[in-house]
Amino acid sequence: MTQTVFAPWEEPREKPLIQFKNVTKRFGSFTAIDNLTQDIYEREFFALLGPSGCGKTTMMRMLAGFEEPTTGQILLAGQDMAKVPPNERAVNMMFQSYALFPHLSVWDNIAFGLKRMNMPKGEIEARVDEMLRLTRLERFAKRKPHQISGGQRQRVALARSLARAPKLLLLDEPLGALDKKLRQDTQFELMDIQEKTGTTFVIVTHDQEEAMTVASRVAVMDEGKIIQVATPDKIYEEPNSRYVADFIGDVNIIEGTAKKVGEDGYDITWAEGQEPFHAKSNLEMSDGQKAYIAIRPEKIAVSMDKPDGAYNSIKGKIVDIAYLGNISTYHVEIPGGKTIKAQTANTRRLSRRSFTWEDDVWLSWTLTAGSVLEQ
Amino acid sequence: MRRFSWFNATSLTLGFVFLYLPMVILVIYSFNASKLVTVWAGFSTRWYGELMQNEAFLDAAWVTLQVAVSSSTIATVLGTMAAYVLVRGGRFLGRTLFSGMIYAPLVMPEVITGLSLLLLFIGIGLDRGIFTIVLAHTTFSMCYVSVVVSSRLVSFDKSLEEAARDLGCTPMQSFWLVTLPIIAPAVLSGWLLAFTLSLDDLVIASFTAGPSATTLPIKIFSAVRLGVSPEINALSTIMIAIVTVGVISASLVSKRSVARQQREELEAVKS
Repeated sequence: MTQTVFAPWEEPREKPLIQFKNVTKRFGSFTAIDNLTQDIYEREFFALLGPSGCGKTTMMRMLAGFEEPTTGQILLAGQDMAKVPPNERAVNMMFQSYALFPHLSVWDNIAFGLKRMNMPKGEIEARVDEMLRLTRLERFAKRKPHQISGGQRQRVALARSLARAPKLLLLDEPLGALDKKLRQDTQFELMDIQEKTGTTFVIVTHDQEEAMTVASRVAVMDEGKIIQVATPDKIYEEPNSRYVADFIGDVNIIEGTAKKVGEDGYDITWAEGQEPFHAKSNLEMSDGQKAYIAIRPEKIAVSMDKPDGAYNSIKGKIVDIAYLGNISTYHVEIPGGKTIKAQTANTRRLSRRSFTWEDDVWLSWTLTAGSVLEQ
Repeated sequence: MRRFSWFNATSLTLGFVFLYLPMVILVIYSFNASKLVTVWAGFSTRWYGELMQNEAFLDAAWVTLQVAVSSSTIATVLGTMAAYVLVRGGRFLGRTLFSGMIYAPLVMPEVITGLSLLLLFIGIGLDRGIFTIVLAHTTFSMCYVSVVVSSRLVSFDKSLEEAARDLGCTPMQSFWLVTLPIIAPAVLSGWLLAFTLSLDDLVIASFTAGPSATTLPIKIFSAVRLGVSPEINALSTIMIAIVTVGVISASLVSKRSVARQQREELEAVKS
């Protein structure tokens, strides 16, 4: 296999487009960004994900030039961006509220940035038309922003910010105002446009599904720090902490003590008199150290009888069932009072559900299903 | 719709009568054919004709118009700048003091404003005339402009200005190309308000006017002391008409822009 995977962050010779170097940003006594160092590479679709107030928007506003770091450096293509005003940066931003100019038509909104570049009139026209085509807005060129729908406005905002062909495009919760269906369609559109234009995108979102869908790498943030940066699948399958595991998707977290077994396995003792759970991990932990095991609900199988040869299995009682159409989630109470969530896919239509409330069932999962976490 | 009730109707009628009966009488008598102001002798537009022949009144009217246009224009520029700094300037040293001082002339007795301006003009040896009235009117009407404009700026989405900056505008360009066109209705209604205030100011103008320039309200006031002539009724009617048109159009302009803004916001939410 010679297929090249897009992963410049694993290439030591690759020069990052954006470098945050020990950046700290304080607003009065509040620290929004806490000594943050991070590289972002060209052509990346980089997602900043976190709850509100975690500092993701501040990071983006510092890239755009609306905020200055209190200490530390931000480099764009090797150049220190301190003291470079927003209008002189090769960076454009798509605002959460879209910030379309209400007094200008769609066409003039898109041309706005180009007119500030001393571009000849003919070139401006060609560029605007190209942007209108890219975002499929040709029919709405003459309309004012209040005469088009939310989805169209979102595309105007995108076209306007892409028109100047920035090195870096910042997207601040770009799909927040759209309903779910439209949002999903637009996510794919965004990825498509990112690929076509080859622009580096940095997106800020609190919607983990959105980050997972569009991004090449996701940075999970909390309280001004980046907790983990990785590809979406790594973030999901190999979270480095309970915070990340819990923030992305649904998860069962069981606390216990670790005991090394063999080369790369651990036994996690989680309750007196219960068989420990077994899991594989590359972490180096000492015996008796506090550890957590995080297991995604869909990786837990539910069965009537004790499964043969399962590495981890435990008996419990169903206390709740959530039927979601495509999947069903069972809440199973295990000895010690803890509730474990397990999901099964409803692959057959109208099949009779095999389990019901108060049923005693067996939960089981493999050696690699759960990830062992230190914190 | 609320139901009609006698109580409401009576309150409304009383209120309107109290406010407008004197003016209605003045307007009616301006069409009186008789030379005696209090005796009705049939309908006539004679006094309007005579007014047009009265050079003193026409001169005063011309001065008033010049003063109103120039003072309201300067006040609009200054008031808009003050409002912009107050709303957008963030926290700067003396901000609270500045905002207090902007609004103080709104509640300052006109006599005091007029007197202090008079002292200033005498002190610096400025000859009183059109120029000093313009200065005086600018001083008090810019406060009104800044109140009107700053209330619009408060509801102005700041990210629009950031977007302009992001798309290559200097702060100056972003103001001219984005902020000003969007707040234009408020600026215009501020101008109309300042214009109207200047048009009917008597107290401040009488302190700051000189022998070379008299405004219409001063002229009327001094003429009335020699006895009310039907000409003054005609003149007052014209002034009432102008002020009414000014106030109504100012409120229409701002109401229309508010309505449009609300409609746009509603549509934004809907879609």
